[in-house]
Amino acid sequence: MSEGDVTSRAHAPVGEEELGGTDRTIKLNIFRGDAGGGEEVEYEIPYVEGMVVLDAVLYIQAHQANDLAVRWNCKAAHCGSCSAEINGMPKLMCKTRIDEYEGKEIHVGPLQAFPLIKDLVTDVSWNYEVSKGITPFTTSEKAPFTLYEEDVERLYEPKSCIECFLCQDVCHVLRTHHKHPEYAGPRFFVRNQWLEMHPLDEANRLHDLKEKDGIGYCNITKCCTEVCPVGIHITDNSIIPLKERVAGEYYDPAKWLMRKIRGRRNGDRAAG
Amino acid sequence: MEGNGHSGSTAREEYEVREHDVLVIGAGGAGLRAAIAVAQKGMSVGVVTKSLLGKAHTVMAEGGIAAALGNVDPDDSWEQHFIDTMNSGKFINNWRKVEIYAKEAPAGVIELEQWGALFNRTEEGKIHQRPFGGHTYRRLAHIGDRTGLEMIRTLQEKLLTTDAEVYMETTVTKLFKDSQGRISGALAYTRESGKFILFKTKAIVMATGGWGRIYKVTSNSWEGTGDGIFLAYDAGAELVDMEMVQFHPTGMVWPPGVRGILVTEGVRGEGGILRNANGERFMERYDPQRMELSTRDVVARANYTEVQEGRGTPHGGVYLDITHLGYDEIMKRLPTMHEQFLKLADVDIAKEPMEVFPTVHYNMGGLKVEPESCATTIPGLFAAGEVAGGLHGANRLGGNSLGDLLVFGRRAGEGAAEYVGQSTHAAGAPDEEVQEEIRRVLEPLTKKPSDRDESPYLLQEELQEAMMQHANLMRDEDSLKEGLRKVLAIKERIPNVRVGGSRLFNPGWHAAQDIRYMANISEIIIRCALERKEKRGAQWRLDCDELVEEYGKINFVVKKNEKGEPVIERREIPPMPEHLAALFKKEKTKV
Ligand SMILES: Cc1cc2nc3c(=O)[nH]c(=O)nc-3n(C[C@H](O)[C@H](O)[C@H](O)COP(=O)(O)OP(=O)(O)OC[C@H]3O[C@@H](n4cnc5c(N)ncnc54)[C@H](O)[C@@H]3O)c2cc1C
Ligand code: SF4
Ligand code: SF4
Ligand code: FES
Repeated sequence: MSEGDVTSRAHAPVGEEELGGTDRTIKLNIFRGDAGGGEEVEYEIPYVEGMVVLDAVLYIQAHQANDLAVRWNCKAAHCGSCSAEINGMPKLMCKTRIDEYEGKEIHVGPLQAFPLIKDLVTDVSWNYEVSKGITPFTTSEKAPFTLYEEDVERLYEPKSCIECFLCQDVCHVLRTHHKHPEYAGPRFFVRNQWLEMHPLDEANRLHDLKEKDGIGYCNITKCCTEVCPVGIHITDNSIIPLKERVAGEYYDPAKWLMRKIRGRRNGDRAAG
Repeated sequence: MEGNGHSGSTAREEYEVREHDVLVIGAGGAGLRAAIAVAQKGMSVGVVTKSLLGKAHTVMAEGGIAAALGNVDPDDSWEQHFIDTMNSGKFINNWRKVEIYAKEAPAGVIELEQWGALFNRTEEGKIHQRPFGGHTYRRLAHIGDRTGLEMIRTLQEKLLTTDAEVYMETTVTKLFKDSQGRISGALAYTRESGKFILFKTKAIVMATGGWGRIYKVTSNSWEGTGDGIFLAYDAGAELVDMEMVQFHPTGMVWPPGVRGILVTEGVRGEGGILRNANGERFMERYDPQRMELSTRDVVARANYTEVQEGRGTPHGGVYLDITHLGYDEIMKRLPTMHEQFLKLADVDIAKEPMEVFPTVHYNMGGLKVEPESCATTIPGLFAAGEVAGGLHGANRLGGNSLGDLLVFGRRAGEGAAEYVGQSTHAAGAPDEEVQEEIRRVLEPLTKKPSDRDESPYLLQEELQEAMMQHANLMRDEDSLKEGLRKVLAIKERIPNVRVGGSRLFNPGWHAAQDIRYMANISEIIIRCALERKEKRGAQWRLDCDELVEEYGKINFVVKKNEKGEPVIERREIPPMPEHLAALFKKEKTKV
């Protein structure tokens, strides 16, 4: 072996026992099919320590079913691509460990709220249409802005959305009642919320929220909050405040206060 | 039925035709910023991406955007950013590109804020900036450890306010040129249905990102297969610095499924300490001044050496410890990392150290471009982002990629728009050429089964293992040559790749396309690594001396010859103009 050859185990092929391979095998039932119909197929694969469902699915794809359709990118719960339903629960496959299902069967299927393309892949393009319809960030101020942590801290949560659309999938307004044309869904209430709460945003989305985005359909079941993989309190922190403001046509008092303070500050600047 | 033809069949395929002034290939930060620039000029622009919108590598970036805003350290300046970037790149960077970058990155960040991006703030209410390896001052604008998400979402939402047309989950397989050698179009297929689209266009912005997937252990997703760089090379474009592959010092090592996933440099930026199995803070031996915040090439080699010399952790890495920050601060500054380790590795980083080892992360090399307009050597073809070369030289500084996307994404879009504005020639491609390409793309699905059939996944895996073993962060001639032999043998087997199933969302068929890009790029990387006989930045030849002066004056430029083989040319780097050279003289007298 030459000097430049790699010997570190961290770069060596996985498989041998010391690198996480075991004698154990596991079984997964994966939905295979397309818009024309389909059924679950059982696959048996070697178990590797710490495996997540996505690892298993990709192993099957590489070794047993080359055309198995699945989306993924980051493998670290950052991109929101690998959404699926595992034993009926909307989840990220890259964040769901196989050992959570010790002694249980594992069933993996596609999201139910969107049209099936194939296997685990659904047509989520509708979400991008909804997104396009939301009034973007609008301000007459010129960056760089003066903003303080305390002004923006509460925006961090809605801004951490990875667009996995699991909340859209679980929401009964979409999943059961198929209100897609009249309802934006929890993900886009989250987006509306940070826009509405940004201290420098000057647009008003309340009318749209009521008439176009159908926020009234939401009856605060909180199912969306339960499935959000990044822990956004969708119902409490996004939907309820928006609903209150739509109901009362109120302006966010904090935002109103900010504008007053900023107005004064800007005034000072002009005066100074 | 679809996909049932036979090899050599001449059945004509229907395809859709779409026309745009500019076609942007790639929807990471570079592609989105370029498309916005084109749309703002009032031109028609199409954006093609292999994934859904917002899922490109850019979304995964954590640490931040390097820009000399001087918000935290007022002494920072574009000049110092220039100096740091050139130093880190070991002076083979394109100095003009670095100058433009250092000057324009702050405006890029501010523009993002204007469009609604949110950053952590300083006490004075400005954008906060964190320290990163090799940056003299605290320079990275960030929001926690999910800066890339903020950046791509902001650009994506900005793009949706324009008339740009987005083709999601669509893969480009060929660029067309007219009889004068100018860009005239591109062919793509939609992943969902396998239907083909001919794009008629006079200008293309290549923004397809990197090729980390040619290695087994990498922070890159399935997308990083080098499509764009190969397609441009195949069409005759020049490549530069291809031997320069960045190994990020800290990737996850355990459990096996997460190997290579990135541990952001933000951890070291926030004070993370590296220790070996004996508990030694070993960076004291490799770079006593900068310690953990040395440049990535240095830290990666240090981590690697500790393990090779037997001081590694149980799973073959080193320890990275941030426990001293405490739970509350960790949740504020590195929440994503906390979650990632807890969920995937059963490690609570507030209580115990992480195990880390170098992972293939970024490619400094890329398409050779004009610094001002991002024009490649093919008329009508522009390039920005990771696919373009020149900015980072022999080693990229953390945070210098996200800034690159903003600065040169915009310039590439504007460059393409200006080019189109001045052109009067027609766009498109003759039907025979289109049909020929469609047949080639369909081949893995349509060919007859034979006992030589190969799986695209397993062939990719073999290539990745070979690159991992022979073109790693420590290299020598014998091993590189062995690697080249393996890569060439794999290349010969590509025509045997066959996949089952239909054209409907068939990842096996998609993987069959990628192996061609991966194998060719691997070959080029190894060939250039064999040529550069020295230790410089990411290129570390164990069998050669330290920096060799003559190599500091040249770039290796690769181009395809008539026989389709890569030819490497040594191209001299023009001397720095006085106003830039003077910065280094000042720098010297300052110390
Ligand atoms: C985990 C991780 C963390 C990082 N952290 C940082 C950081 O903190 N700071 C920093 O500066 N940099 C960081 N980087 C590096 C930086 O994120 C990337 O270099 C940068 O995002 C690349 O952007 P891009 O626009 O060039 O390409 P990408 O974001 O990679 O996008 C490429 C696009 O091209 C498309 N594409 C590719 N091939 C084709 C084809 N054949 N047809 C059609 N479309 C195609 C893809 O679908 C995708 O949309 C990080 C990288 C990773 C992986
Ligand atoms: S709380 Fe509202 S948005 Fe969320 S799942 Fe229930 S109905 Fe849907
Ligand atoms: S709000 Fe949560 S569940 Fe909904 S799309 Fe965003 S990250 Fe996913
Ligand atoms: S692959 Fe990115 S969230 Fe699962």
